Amino acid sequence: MNQKGIFKNVVVKKYIMGLSGLFLILFLLVHLSINLCALIPDGGNTFNELAEFMDLPVIKPLEVGLFIGFIIHILDALVLTLQNRKARKNGYEVSAANANSKWYSRSMGILGTLLLMFLIIHLAHFWFPNRFTGYELDGKESHNLYQLMLYTFNELWIVVLYVLVQISLGYHLLHGFRSAFQTLGLNHPRYNTIIEGLGVIYSITVPLLFAVIPVILYLRIHGYIPY
Amino acid sequence: MSQKLDAKIPEGNIAEKWTKYKSTVPLVNPANKRNIEIIVVGTGLAGSSAASALAEMGYKVKVFCFQDSARRAHSIAAQGGINAAKNYQNDGDSIYRLFYDTIKGGDYRAREANVHRLSEVSGNIIDQCVAQGVPFAREYGGLLSNRSFGGTQVQRTFYAAGQTGQQLLLGAYSALQRQVGMGTVKSYTRHEMLDVVNIDGKCRGIIARDLVTGKLERHFGHAVLLCTGGYGNVFYLSTNAMGSNVTAAWKAHKKGAYFANPCFTQIHPTCIPVSGDHQSKLTLMSESLRNDGRIWTPKKQGDTRKAIDIPEEERDYYLERRYPAFGNLVPRDVASRAAKERCDAGYGVGTSKMAVYLDFAANMKRYGRVEATKQNIHNPDEETIVRLGKEVVKEKYGNLFDMYKQITDENPYEVPMRIYPAVHYTMGGLWVDYNLMTTVPGLYALGEANFSDHGANRLGASALMQGLADGYFVIPYTIGAYLSNEIRTAAISTDHEAFVEAEKNVQSQIEKLMNIKGTKSVDYFHKKLGKVMWDKCGMARNEAGLKEAIAEIRAIREEFWKDLRVPGSANEFNPELEKAGRVADFIELGELMCKDALNRNESCGGHFREEYQTEEGEANRDDADYAYVAAWEFNSVGEWTLNKEELKYENIKIAQRSYK
Amino acid sequence: MSHGDMNLTLKIWRQKNTETKGSFETYPISGISPDMSFLEMIDVLNEKLIVEGKEPVAFDHDCREGICGMCSMYINGRPHGPKNAVTTCQLHMRSFKNGDTIVIEPWRASAFPVIKDLAVDRTSFDRIMAAGGFVSVNTGNAQDANNLPISKEDADESFTSAACIGCGACVAACKNASAMLFVSAKVSQYALLPQGQPERKSRVLAMVAQMEEEGFGSCTNTGACEAECPKGISISNIARLNREYLGAALSSK
Repeated sequence: MNQKGIFKNVVVKKYIMGLSGLFLILFLLVHLSINLCALIPDGGNTFNELAEFMDLPVIKPLEVGLFIGFIIHILDALVLTLQNRKARKNGYEVSAANANSKWYSRSMGILGTLLLMFLIIHLAHFWFPNRFTGYELDGKESHNLYQLMLYTFNELWIVVLYVLVQISLGYHLLHGFRSAFQTLGLNHPRYNTIIEGLGVIYSITVPLLFAVIPVILYLRIHGYIPY
Repeated sequence: MSQKLDAKIPEGNIAEKWTKYKSTVPLVNPANKRNIEIIVVGTGLAGSSAASALAEMGYKVKVFCFQDSARRAHSIAAQGGINAAKNYQNDGDSIYRLFYDTIKGGDYRAREANVHRLSEVSGNIIDQCVAQGVPFAREYGGLLSNRSFGGTQVQRTFYAAGQTGQQLLLGAYSALQRQVGMGTVKSYTRHEMLDVVNIDGKCRGIIARDLVTGKLERHFGHAVLLCTGGYGNVFYLSTNAMGSNVTAAWKAHKKGAYFANPCFTQIHPTCIPVSGDHQSKLTLMSESLRNDGRIWTPKKQGDTRKAIDIPEEERDYYLERRYPAFGNLVPRDVASRAAKERCDAGYGVGTSKMAVYLDFAANMKRYGRVEATKQNIHNPDEETIVRLGKEVVKEKYGNLFDMYKQITDENPYEVPMRIYPAVHYTMGGLWVDYNLMTTVPGLYALGEANFSDHGANRLGASALMQGLADGYFVIPYTIGAYLSNEIRTAAISTDHEAFVEAEKNVQSQIEKLMNIKGTKSVDYFHKKLGKVMWDKCGMARNEAGLKEAIAEIRAIREEFWKDLRVPGSANEFNPELEKAGRVADFIELGELMCKDALNRNESCGGHFREEYQTEEGEANRDDADYAYVAAWEFNSVGEWTLNKEELKYENIKIAQRSYK
Repeated sequence: MSHGDMNLTLKIWRQKNTETKGSFETYPISGISPDMSFLEMIDVLNEKLIVEGKEPVAFDHDCREGICGMCSMYINGRPHGPKNAVTTCQLHMRSFKNGDTIVIEPWRASAFPVIKDLAVDRTSFDRIMAAGGFVSVNTGNAQDANNLPISKEDADESFTSAACIGCGACVAACKNASAMLFVSAKVSQYALLPQGQPERKSRVLAMVAQMEEEGFGSCTNTGACEAECPKGISISNIARLNREYLGAALSSK
């Protein structure tokens, strides 16, 4: 076996894809739990405390790890996609692929690209100002992330964007969750139903809860519902 | 001029012949093996096993097949199983009993010494295949499972569901690919052998056509092994693959190899009946189905009721009636003829009335009751029994039932299958001696391509056994007898005049085919030939019919060379050209088959001459006059000389075959 | 003819050889019996083309009983056509309706170059097999077959994987033209049997390396291969291959 080629190997690339995917799935859970705290009606205190905790120097390396996770997931996907394109240079005239597979299974690249575009916007909204530039609220510089959220989700189009993106995320997860287990070889008749069931539950509830947060905040800001 | 054929059978007691011969046959030392080249044509069980075994020994091997991969050879389609005298079932099996059954099954027209050797090595085949990772069916205890096949009273058939041939071939193919990967075998796929090259009376190579580019190639070999299967497609409709052909064997025949017993063809009793003129091939339903299926027709002629509406007492289980000892498991020739007899007499079923029923209902219920007992269901209702029974049958024959449903659009779990005999295997083939060498030194024939082991009728699950026996366990030893004298023969240049001339002849035949530019397709002639063969040289033959057939075949040949149209060009991938060459050979072979059938004034095995039957309609063999192998020597197209090899039965008392 | 004849329009990919570019040709065809197999329908077309002095359509086929794996054809957007679990030769015209237009294409994958019309070169599969798809046992070395008991469950599962006919429908169906189902079926057959153990690691490494060398894509777990496989080979084999590969890659020297 050619050792230098091991990371070039297609199966290894797939492990990396699956592992980084599972890592990001775990991250989403953490992210979601913190975000849900923004709904606690204490003027954002709990949420901001958690946000400050995430700013502690011991947590910082984890953030770097997270970025690396994203980058690996994205680059690996890119490399695999290019390789897969080469494997079929001339396409079919007619395709009835819906008869043998789900559209979202075949559209991970597009779904992922949408998520990447969102990620950039999302970072620009929250992470970048919070980490580096700070931001002006009522004319003075602030580091109150909760306030920043209220400020951001004041705009209807941003709320709509965040909600729509969760649909993309849901489908990406619907394939990705199950697929990661398959790629890592975790396929067993006894556990397949559990894995698939968990995948479906995860792919629906996580994006749904993510979507609910900006909606509730928007409704609160605009007084449609009370705090 | 008739020449005496020397089968080179070793002296001695039958049980010791092979062992002794193996220990005394000359060897080729490893250093010399490296310089000896062997050409293997065909990659079925015989070809793949021979090529891999010889390469393992150190010979340089080239292997050729017309398919796109060695794995496609038609051995892959064998369904039921492979026999071996293992006696794993403790039911009294032995090498002698397998030997005896095979000789008797072949209606005393096979060569004793070859068949005994086959029985001796049968057990090794199973060992070898298991070692290769062939996933045979097993019992819960982890040991190998067996089932019964026609013409025997023991369970000696090993199987892998209904795909035994596939699994065995993939085993041999993987052994072959291993050698290809090691560089000891060079594989030429999509190549068709179009002639053998003889130099100074010895076979020294072949001319092959690259089917993709159309280029002719010359290949040298110290020996050439033809493992090219049978010629059942001479009938157009058969269970053979579309590409199965006689061309390699026929070209060898025209270059001096005698063709033995060409009229011995096997008509398999359980095939899906013909559904219309469009039919391009017939599909077999494994003989293993006769383990659990009961064959019947209505007792009333021309009964148009549905099978399920015909009450038990109005059904004629004619095999059980005529042959109580073997019942539905009589040999293939007997079962086929009995089906034909019923249909000809007007008892046939289905729209064409050329079919009989193969019914699983009774055994499905029997299995259902056993299963219910196993599952502790007391007093199960009818519905439960049928449901459980269906599950058992599904596990045993699921793929066959699916295939039947796919083709006929009828569900065999609900209604009985309709079956009718169809051409399946050819016992005849190139004449070979004990070493599997043809009458041309250095030219060998293995597997179905030779004639030696099955006499006038092959028993079920014996073809796989013979193919692998020849390739794995016979030729590696016997080829030494010839090659030990060839170690001084340096590789002959393919510029040798014999190669040049052979290639020129092949080229001119191709040009001739291309230049007819007539009006009719190859299939037109093939169908026409097939009909003559089936009607007059099929399940039943008679003198008048055979004479007519010969005249008709000659007329077809004439028309073929006048009015054939081959589209495209010779320098490209041209399947029509491939077919044309093959059908040209089938036409010549068809005539020889009729001639052979006409010569054999007796009925034996698959060869049934209507003039020679007992009062009960059984085959009437004539051992005094026809206990010989008819080996035909080619003189010119339509002209042959008959040579005879006397068959001596020293170990088995020759007797009227009875399955009653 | 049981349900009357059918009239169809065939749109077939024609390509002279590997080097030339191909295109679609349209052929009307009539008098097709629903009992014909799909290939017999093509036979009828070819017979007609030959008599008209045109070139017949080249296609691969041999056993016509669903086991040799030689027939291919991508029919109306699916390998082996609209019916599940059958090869093209076992597909019958009763699966179509009178008046249908049927689009027929060759398998498309860089590792399966078109030879002519609908025939493609699948020798890449042979080379993958030559890389490691075997048990290294020379003829004559075997012990008695029953000295090696194998649980029925393992033997049956191994057989199910071994039932692959190597037709390449998995590659044709996969949006990445991946050969993972084919390779994993062979890896599984041996991984499940004691005979396969000595070469378990080297086999999976070598076969996967060759697979990549041939230019097949990667598996993105869409499941299209399993759905289109005429022999119902499961993608659980691919998971097993992934497991086997991980174990082998981590522990091989």
